[in-house]
Amino acid sequence: MSETSRFTFVSTQRRVREDRRFVVGKGNFVADIDVPNMKHVALVTCPYPAARIKSIDKNAALAMAGVHYVLDGAELAQGTLPLMTGLDTPNVPRRPLAVDIARYAGEWVVAVVADSRALAEDAADAVRIDYEKLPFVLDAEMAMEKDSVLVHQAHGSNVLLDKTFTWGEVDKDFAAAPRHLKLRVKWGRSSTVPIETFGVVTSWDPWREILDVWASIQMPRYNDQIGSALKVPVSSVRVHYDVDVGGSYGVKRGIKHTVLCGYLSRRLGFPVRLIEDRLENMRGGDAHGPERLFDVEAAYGDDGVIHSMKMRALENVGAYAGRSPFQLGKPVGAIVGPYRIKSVQYRAVAVVTNKTTQEAVRGFGQSPTNVAIERVVDEVANTLGLDPMDVRRRNLIRTEDFPYTIPSGTTYDSGDYLALIDKVLAHTSYEELKKKRDALRAQGMLAGIGIAAALEPSGGNATFEALLNPNVTTSTFMDSCRIAVDGLGSITATMHTTSSGQGHETLVGTVIGEVLGLDPELVRVVRPDSLNSLPSGTPVGSRMAIMLGGAAFEAAQKLKTKLTAIGAHDLGIPPERAVYERGEVYDRNAPDKRIKWADLVQIAHRNYHRMPPDMEPGLAVSHVMQVPTGGKLPTADGRVQMYPCTSFEFHMILVTIDPALGRPEIALYRIGHDCGTVINPKIVRGMTMGGIAHGIGAALYEEFAYDPEGQMIAQSFMDYLLPSSHEVPPVEIIHQVTPSPNTVLGQKGSGESGYLGAPAAIANAVNDALKPLGISINTLPLRASVLGDMIAEATAKKAS
Amino acid sequence: MKAAPFEYSRPADIDEACALLAADDGARVIAGGQTLVPMMAMRLARPTRLIDIARIAELSYIRDDGDMLSFGSGTRQCLMERDTLVRTRLPLMACAIPHIGHAATRARGTIGGSLAHADPAAELALVAVTLDATLHYKTKDESGELPARDFFIGPTITALPMGACLSAVRFPVWQGKVGVGFHEVNARASDFAFASAAAQVELADDGTAKRIAIAVGAIADVPLRLDAAEAQLTGTTLSPEAVREAVRAALADIETVADLHASAEYRRRVAATLAARAVADARAHALGGRHAR
Amino acid sequence: MHVKLSVNGQAHALDVEPRTTLLDTLRDTLKLTGAHAGCEHGVCGACTVLVDGVAVRSCLMFAPQAEGSTITTVEGVTPGPGELSPIQDAFCETHGMQCGYCTPAMVLVAHALLADNPAPTREEIVEAISGNICRCTGYAQIVEAIALAAERLRGSNRPVGA
Repeated sequence: MSETSRFTFVSTQRRVREDRRFVVGKGNFVADIDVPNMKHVALVTCPYPAARIKSIDKNAALAMAGVHYVLDGAELAQGTLPLMTGLDTPNVPRRPLAVDIARYAGEWVVAVVADSRALAEDAADAVRIDYEKLPFVLDAEMAMEKDSVLVHQAHGSNVLLDKTFTWGEVDKDFAAAPRHLKLRVKWGRSSTVPIETFGVVTSWDPWREILDVWASIQMPRYNDQIGSALKVPVSSVRVHYDVDVGGSYGVKRGIKHTVLCGYLSRRLGFPVRLIEDRLENMRGGDAHGPERLFDVEAAYGDDGVIHSMKMRALENVGAYAGRSPFQLGKPVGAIVGPYRIKSVQYRAVAVVTNKTTQEAVRGFGQSPTNVAIERVVDEVANTLGLDPMDVRRRNLIRTEDFPYTIPSGTTYDSGDYLALIDKVLAHTSYEELKKKRDALRAQGMLAGIGIAAALEPSGGNATFEALLNPNVTTSTFMDSCRIAVDGLGSITATMHTTSSGQGHETLVGTVIGEVLGLDPELVRVVRPDSLNSLPSGTPVGSRMAIMLGGAAFEAAQKLKTKLTAIGAHDLGIPPERAVYERGEVYDRNAPDKRIKWADLVQIAHRNYHRMPPDMEPGLAVSHVMQVPTGGKLPTADGRVQMYPCTSFEFHMILVTIDPALGRPEIALYRIGHDCGTVINPKIVRGMTMGGIAHGIGAALYEEFAYDPEGQMIAQSFMDYLLPSSHEVPPVEIIHQVTPSPNTVLGQKGSGESGYLGAPAAIANAVNDALKPLGISINTLPLRASVLGDMIAEATAKKAS
Repeated sequence: MKAAPFEYSRPADIDEACALLAADDGARVIAGGQTLVPMMAMRLARPTRLIDIARIAELSYIRDDGDMLSFGSGTRQCLMERDTLVRTRLPLMACAIPHIGHAATRARGTIGGSLAHADPAAELALVAVTLDATLHYKTKDESGELPARDFFIGPTITALPMGACLSAVRFPVWQGKVGVGFHEVNARASDFAFASAAAQVELADDGTAKRIAIAVGAIADVPLRLDAAEAQLTGTTLSPEAVREAVRAALADIETVADLHASAEYRRRVAATLAARAVADARAHALGGRHAR
Repeated sequence: MHVKLSVNGQAHALDVEPRTTLLDTLRDTLKLTGAHAGCEHGVCGACTVLVDGVAVRSCLMFAPQAEGSTITTVEGVTPGPGELSPIQDAFCETHGMQCGYCTPAMVLVAHALLADNPAPTREEIVEAISGNICRCTGYAQIVEAIALAAERLRGSNRPVGA
C-alpha cells in the first residue's frame, strides 16, 4: 500500500506549526511568565549524603532586606501530605523539603523566598544549619545486604521492590539447552537533562480558592498530585497547559517543586516562582535517571537460537521514589526484545541509596534493558564463533508470526524485522563494512561493528503499575480531544496537556485535517487549562501519536458523522446515501445535490429547524480514548498486555578507537526505523536523530558520578557531558512502514526512537573493536580513559 | 545561580586598575570573564570588587618586537585566532587557539585572563611554558616579569604578587626551519583536555634538531616542560623510536592527577603518546609540511 | 549602577546591580525573553546573543561589562510581526528544533556565521554550533537549516535568470 495514495496530509512533508513561535523566541516558557508581585525561591541543600538536621537558624536570612520567608521541612510537612508514590511504601515518605534527616547530598532542606532570585540566594547563604553526619550507602548491591546502613530506618530495609516473574518453562528450557552464558551489564546513572531546567510559578487566589500553576511539566496526574499533597480539591488546582516545555524526555516531574511553591503562595498570599538553577537541577531536581545492574543468563543452542533467559535488574532509585521503580516494569512488555525467546525469568529489584532521587527517563527503563539483551545476543554469537547478524536472523520474530505473544503476555502488533534489516543492508553492505573494519584493523586501529535490533513499545498505558503494585487497579490511560466549529465555520481543537517539543499541535491539526479533508492549517489547536480539560495521560510512554492522534481522529469522525447527518437531513436523503467530502455533503446518487461547509455550519448553529430531530445543536464533539488493547489487569503469574504497539529499529554502526587514546569515534551510523504510519516525517526524523544523540551520550559520556564520600562529582555541564554537534555523526535513516492494526492510521510511537538501540549498538561496536585484544566491557558510559587503560593493559599482556 | 554582590570599577588604565586592586584585598581583575564569571555564578568566587580591564586599549595589542611577539594581556583570543602575525610567527599558538573553549568564549576570553587563571589544562598556559614566554605585570608600586615556567605554581595558583595585574605576555619567536605540533585528547571536542602536548622544533640543514621544546598539559598541577627529553633529542634526527622513548622516560616519574574523566596512568601514557605525536608533527612541519590543526 | 546599551537598534539607559548578567538584564529588565538560561555557567549556549555582531554567552557577562555595546537578540533579527528572516524560515522548513529552547541561540549563531561565511561547509556549520547544546534534535536538522538558509541567501543575491 502506498502511503502517498492513502493520505492527503498525513505522511507528507509538512511544516511543524509550533516552530514559528520558537524561531523568533516567542515560546511561552515558564521562565517567561511574569505574574505581578511574584517572589522568588532559592533552596538550601544538604551538603552530606546523610545527615540529621539538628537545628536551623533562619534569623540572619530573615533579617536581610527583600527576604520574605524561610520555610523548613517541619512546617511544610505539617501543612501538606507526602507526595504520591507508585509503590506502597508508607515508611519511605517523599516530601519537598527534608524532615529531620536529609538523605542525599543536594537534598532540599530549606526554601527561601525573596524579591529576586539573587536576593533569595544571598539569604540562602545566610541560613545556618547544624547537621550531624550519618552513615550512608551509595551502592545498590551493598544496600541490598542485610547489614547495610538503612536509608529509611522505619522501612526496615533498603529494598522497595523485589519481585520475580517466571513466564514459561524456564527451568526446563535451561536444562534442555546445550549452552548457557552469564553476563553482567551496568547502565550508569544518566538522564535526559533538558536544556531548560524545571520551573514552576504558582499563585493562590484566596477569594476564588484557586491555585494557578504554570510549570515546565511532563507528569501524569499532575493536578491530582498537587491537590492531594496540598489537601485542596483538584478543582482548586488550575494547571496552565499552554506553557511550552523546554525539553523533558521524561524527567520534568516537578511535583515537589510545585507542592513547595503551592504551599508558599497560599501561606504568603503572593505568587512565587522557583526556576531551578543548573546546580539545583543536577543535585536535587528531577534530573536523574536509571542506574541499573543487570545479571543475565541465556540458554541457547549450538545454532545460536536462544531458548530462555533469566534476568535480574537491580535499580538504584536514589533516596526516595515516586514513579521511578515502575521503570523496572515497563520493559516487561518487551522483555524478549524482537526475539522468539520462549521463556523468561525476570527479577526486578529496586533499592534506595543515599543518591539523588530518580525520575522517569525516555523509554522508561527500556533502553538499559535493550543493552542487556543485545549484549547477550552478541555474546551468544561470540561463544559460538557465529556472526552476530546471523544469530539475530535466527532469533528474530518473523513477519508471519504476527500478532506475536511474548512469554510475559504482551502481543506485539505487527512488524517485518527481517525486511527492514535487508533494506538497511541493501543500503550499506554488511560485507563491505566488515572489509572496512578489517582494513582499519590492519592499519593498527581498533575498529568494531555494532548492530542492535530494538523495540519501542508505544501507546503507553500504565499497566506496569498494577504489575508491580497489586493494590493498584489502573487499567486505563486516556487521552482526549475536543473539536468545536464556531458560528462562522472556523475549527478549533483542544489538547489537554503540555508539550516539550513533540509537535502535538501539528499532530492534532494534521489528523483532523486528514479526517475532514480540510487543510490542517485551518484547524486551530489550543490547550485549555486543567479545569477546562478532558483527561490526558500526558506525553509519556511514546503514546501521543497513538492516543492524542487517536482521540483527534475519533473526535473528527464524530464531527464528520454529525455533519453528514445534518447534510442528509437537509438534502432529504437517508444518511447512508450522503457522502461527506472535504467539508461538503452530497447525495451519492446525485453528486450535484450538495451542501457546502458554510451552510452546514449555519444549520448547526442557527437553523435548529433544519436539523435532524433530537440532535444537539452546534458543532462540538469530543472523544476520550482508551488505550487500544488495554483494559486488563495482570494475571496472577504476572502476564499482561502492556503497550499496544511495537516500533522497530535496527542500528548498524562502525566505531573506531585509536588504541593509544581509547576514545571511541563513530565512523558510520545507519538506522532502519519502522514506526508504522508516519504522521509527520520531519517530526519523526527529528525524534530519531535526537534519540540517537541522547543514546550516544548515555553510551559514551554522561554519568551522574559520585565519589566515595557520597558527593556528586558531575553536577555541572563541565563534568556531565552532553553530546555537542561534534559528537553526533551524520546518520542515515532507512524507513519502513508496517502499519499497526491497533491504531487509527496504522501509526506507532516514535518518541523514544533511536535512544532505544543506540547505546546497545555502541556497546556492541566497542566490544567488537576490543575483541582482537581478548577483552570486553559492559559498563556504560564507556569512558575513553577506562577503555584506554584496558587496551594498554591487554596490549602489554599480549606483548609479554 | 546568581553571583554574590560586588562593586564594579572600570579603570581607564592599568595604573588605575592596580591602585584599585591595592585598595581592596577582595578585588579581582576581570577581563573576558569566561572562567571567573561561572565561578562567581556558582559562588565559588566572591570578589568584593571587579576591576574590568577589558576596555583598557593599551592592554589590547599584538606587536612584532623582532625576536619576540608581544601581546597585551587584555587581547582577546578571537583576535589572536585571526591574526596574521600569530599565524606566521607563532604557529604553535595558532594551532592551540582553536582548542580553547568555543568561538563564543574565545570572543570574550583574553590571553592574560587564561594565563592568570592557571588552569592546568589551559592551552595558552601550555604554549607559554613550551615557548618560555615572559609574563609582565604591574602592581601599584612596581612592574615585574616572570618566566612562564615560574609563573604557574599549582592548579589556579600563580606566582603573581598580591595586587598585581598582568600587563603583557611576550613570546620568543624562533627563526629558521621551525615546525610545531599540538595535540590534546578530551571526552568531547571542546572540553578541557585530559592530556595535551605541544612541541616546537628548529631543524638544522642536515635535518637534525637544532632546538626543541616539548611540554605537556592537563596531567599535573601545572604544564610541564620535558627537559630531559629535549636534551636527549637535541641534535638527533628525531626518529620515532627515540622520541617515544625520550618522552616516555621524561614522564615516568611525574606525579599525574586522576579525576572522574581520566586515571593518573591514562594521563601519563596518553601524554607520552601526544608528546611523541606533537614532535613528529613539528618535525614534518619544519620539513615543509603544513602544521596540523 | 548605570549602564547604556543599544539593543536591537534601540538605546537603553538602565540602572542595574553590577552582578546582574547581560542575560538577566535582557530578560528581566528589557523583557526580551528570546535568550534563555540553560546552565548559567557558560557551557550550553542557550543564552547566546550577538554583542557587536559576535556571538557570545550572555550569562558570562555582567551588564556593566556590556556598557556601550550594540546587542542583537533573536527579537532583533526577526523582520517584523508575523515575519521570519530567511534563516528563521529555513529552521522551520527543515524542522531544525523540537522544544525550541535552544533555538533562538542557534538562529543567532547561524546569523553570525552566515554574515561571515556565506557558503559554509558542513564541518564549518558543525563547528559554529558546537558551543550550543541541543538536547532534542541530534543537530542534523539544524545543520540542514543553516545550509538551506545559506543556499537561499546566496541565491537571493543572484541576478534573475542566473
